[in-house]
Amino acid sequence: MTQKRPLSPHLMIYRPQLTSMMSITHRLSGVALASGSIFLVWWLVALAYGGDYYQMVQGIAEHILGRLVLLGFFIAVSYHMANGIRHLFWDFGIGLSLDGVYRGGYIVIGFTALSALAGIAILFLA
Amino acid sequence: MSKNTSAPQSLRSPLGRARGLGSSRSGVSHWWVQRLTAMGMLPLVLYCLISFILIADADLDTARAWIGQPFNSVAMILLLAVGFYHASLGLQVVIEDYISTKTRRILTLAFTKMIMTAFAVMSIYSILLIALADGV
Ligand code: HEM
Repeated sequence: MTQKRPLSPHLMIYRPQLTSMMSITHRLSGVALASGSIFLVWWLVALAYGGDYYQMVQGIAEHILGRLVLLGFFIAVSYHMANGIRHLFWDFGIGLSLDGVYRGGYIVIGFTALSALAGIAILFLA
Repeated sequence: MSKNTSAPQSLRSPLGRARGLGSSRSGVSHWWVQRLTAMGMLPLVLYCLISFILIADADLDTARAWIGQPFNSVAMILLLAVGFYHASLGLQVVIEDYISTKTRRILTLAFTKMIMTAFAVMSIYSILLIALADGV
């Protein structure tokens, strides 16, 4: 199995670029959403259970740590959804020029930043 | 079969041996369904996210009443089914990219898919319990 094949480029020797960083962040956010969905499942189960159990889970969600997790989840959804739309445009052949890739990237980052602000406002200031 | 070759002789045709070995075992369908589920989720994620924000600090009864409404139950169940399917396909790609040992890869894939399926069933079942218990 251990053949002497040429190794693929070492990513670490490249200067980080917007494009590559956004690409790996899409993957990270997807994995984070899949893992974080356990909390959504837990909350729904508690909602079906009702009573004290729901109060307990709701208490955890409203705790400062719970709200931080919710904020993280919200930012991950915002980024993954916006960047997912960027992916879908590419799949239709739209925005594949170097310019387009960067323009889309800035739009996604701007949208995610706005969502983050909205998330902070909703979760910590309301 | 008189050729001087060190490869073990086989009765299987070259095509038969090559089938299923390429880079795309079922890659095209996988790629396409990942896109379909992404598009399908868009309106569902937006609707459910905005609704959740609006009922953010809801008490038990308000939250149950929201989920119990038929339109909302259906939207949530669709989102969970499509979402966990999308997540399952997505995690599969990540696992295939990073785990190169075949046994570990297959075990991790099986484990991941089981977890995603369990999450989907648990959450959808909870919604059905609420929707059916509280009536329409
Ligand atoms: C409207 C919402 C969403 C959209 C538009 C969307 C879009 C996409 C697209 C286009 C891809 C393929 C990316 C690629 O080929 O590199 C992808 C990958 C992925 N998505 Fe989503 N997605 C959404 C929601 C979610 C949710 C809710 C989860 C988790 C529960 C999730 C988990 C993943 C994972 C794990 C991957 C694989 C990442 C990778 O291969 O690098 N996605 N998504």
